Amino acid sequence: MRQLMLGNAAVARGLYEAGCAVVSSYPGTPSTEITEEAARYDEIYCEWAPNEKVAMETAFGASLAGKRSFCGMKHVGLNVAADPLFTVSYTGVNAGMVIAVADDAGMHSSQNEQDSRHYARSAKLPMLEPSDSAEGRAFAMKAYEISEAFDCPVLLKMCTRIAHSQSVVETGERTTPPARPYEKNIGKYVMMPGNAIRRHPVVEERMRRLAEFAETSDLNRAEPGEENTIGLLTSSTCYQYVKEVCGDRYPVLKLGMVWPLPEKKIRAFAASVDSLVVVEELDGFLETFCREIGLECVGKEKFPPLGEYSQNLVAEKLGLPVHSGKSLDEPIPPRPPVMCAGCPHRGLFHTLNKLKCTVLGDIGCYTLGAVAPLSAMEMTLCMGASVSAIHGFNKALGAESEHKTVAVIGDSTFMHSGMTGLANIAYNQSDSTVIILDNSITGMTGHQQNPTTGYNIKGDPAGKIDLESLCRAMGFRRVRVVDPYDLAETEKAVKEELAAEEPSVIISRRPCALLKYVKHKPPLKVNTEKCVGCKSCMKIGCPAISIQGGKAHVDATLCVGCGVCTQLCKFGAFESTGGEA
Amino acid sequence: METKNIMIVGVGGQGSLLASKLLGHLLLGQGYDVKVSEVHGMSQRGGSVVTYVRYGDCVNSPVIDRGEADFIVSFELLEAARWLSYLKPDGQIVTSTQRIDPMPVITGAAAYPESLVEKMRATGAKVDALDCLALAEQAGSSKAVNIVLMGRLSHYFDLPAEAWEQSLEAMVPAKFLELNRRAFALGKNA
Repeated sequence: MRQLMLGNAAVARGLYEAGCAVVSSYPGTPSTEITEEAARYDEIYCEWAPNEKVAMETAFGASLAGKRSFCGMKHVGLNVAADPLFTVSYTGVNAGMVIAVADDAGMHSSQNEQDSRHYARSAKLPMLEPSDSAEGRAFAMKAYEISEAFDCPVLLKMCTRIAHSQSVVETGERTTPPARPYEKNIGKYVMMPGNAIRRHPVVEERMRRLAEFAETSDLNRAEPGEENTIGLLTSSTCYQYVKEVCGDRYPVLKLGMVWPLPEKKIRAFAASVDSLVVVEELDGFLETFCREIGLECVGKEKFPPLGEYSQNLVAEKLGLPVHSGKSLDEPIPPRPPVMCAGCPHRGLFHTLNKLKCTVLGDIGCYTLGAVAPLSAMEMTLCMGASVSAIHGFNKALGAESEHKTVAVIGDSTFMHSGMTGLANIAYNQSDSTVIILDNSITGMTGHQQNPTTGYNIKGDPAGKIDLESLCRAMGFRRVRVVDPYDLAETEKAVKEELAAEEPSVIISRRPCALLKYVKHKPPLKVNTEKCVGCKSCMKIGCPAISIQGGKAHVDATLCVGCGVCTQLCKFGAFESTGGEA
Repeated sequence: METKNIMIVGVGGQGSLLASKLLGHLLLGQGYDVKVSEVHGMSQRGGSVVTYVRYGDCVNSPVIDRGEADFIVSFELLEAARWLSYLKPDGQIVTSTQRIDPMPVITGAAAYPESLVEKMRATGAKVDALDCLALAEQAGSSKAVNIVLMGRLSHYFDLPAEAWEQSLEAMVPAKFLELNRRAFALGKNA
């Protein structure tokens, strides 16, 4: 059937058709929908794991047991899963195993712009890179064949524009892969030195055979051009920009397999053109290879290592006509993302700002706590870093810091990699105050369940980890729960736990205001008789509140009646509109 | 056929994904190659969002660049102005006149520009501006602004009404179909 599919949905379709049986992933933009879409096929067991390392090891276990498996993650997720990655390369697989990693050039929703292709090279694994949804499906299926033929997991590299673009896909039926019963093989699967030493040459030999495969595989395709003045070596979304700009004017070597690279094919292509031009987003990965094999080429001296490319950028760099349009003479105010109206994080960040706390933050919607006017976050690094870093911060500065510094981390991020940092605080004893922002969902990536929510990926009841019990079991005596809509209670809790001469955890608990089951109060309105225009309510950065004609104004279409503004107004100007929302 | 470009711009949460799905379904049904590029994740949280819809015989790039859009469909005036440079010299803007203040305007750090429709027209852009929020409310829900805009856009396309109707049926949940039919008609005939 011919249909429009999101790149990520097409990959999920490929998994389905290839007979994938087990999927375990952690959500991360732009990779999340692969797993969400896979979960719609009843034939595939799908789950959200607590983090990418667990997901990859789960997928490996399923492969070992003889079922085709998959795990998906964003680029920084692969850092978390790098430990199993490098050694699964040694053990190899039983049934096929595919690992999708989605890069985010342009950082639409990420903390860095790293290039995942380096992982393929350093972990010595093959990597396929589709350039549209149809290839997303086809390459996912091809990846299983390669995985089983060469006895290794296969990396499937996505990027934001391929993952989140819909294009035409022709789907097929699900096939059942050949049975691969589990067999005990200590020499292959127990990676202690004596065995690993014997596996390493196998890995090197495998890469040699894969490089040979790359020479003849139709994954790598030379397309002729009308002029041979330049030849373009490219892949993924850059291939699409090149074709958009050049059409069939210049020859193109389009790589669907970006590691290992087909040396002979690239040499022959380079020899057929006057100048080899490498067009690739982020790092000069293909370019480095070309230079290593002694080919002259044009690459990063011309094309930027930063951000996303586009057709105009490629046209400009190739000296071709660039489209342009008109804009207004005056500046257009930016529209940065903001915490939603009714977001439970708002009350907490207001309190931390008011108390002049030093706030070490983490990855999630609440990273927006760093944005004006809340401006209440001073550090965000990676998943879980708030909890580990506050311990180091407090050990470095002592009591003075312990009485004013807090770590803030979401429920899902805490499950992902906050727990080990908390263990360090409990074990090595800093009087740190950790605040878990429990909004009962993984918010930023679009509402995925996690081990604290009590539901699985399909929305069915599942195991539920109790945060209070967990913290107490780790040795925290001071564990308390507050409602961040209640500013007085929240302030009291933060003050008391900062003052305490021992480690403590505050759980700031209130479900995400966007969750469907959350019942909202009617919107508030401003009594303009009472409002004096002091703008106290503007300190919380609520998108529903603005100043109109010198008085506060509530946008009734946005307001969910959370009442945080009401507590800031000394004049009682915010009033309920009554009735039901 | 040369590739045609439609940009859908607005504020995160306004329903642009449904509009792009509708267009994707419609254009695929007409036999075109189609690409639709969306934005997910952090930028969705009340930020400026853009969706690219491209169709033709063979579509390569999933995105639309400066000076390439045949249409900019906008849920909000400031967003139409923000993306103006993406319009082709003879391109058409279809915009709701709704105004949503971004945080820098709310906090007073920036001002919301006045007379945006006139200023955009002064650059030579063709601007079709209408109060889609009022029409959506008239249809029965403020959330139907996206379909009001699609109705208005249909005005510029030489496609049979049944084709739009079929895509609407395919993309909108049955219980909201009547409401969205009204919204579409109100936009089309405005």
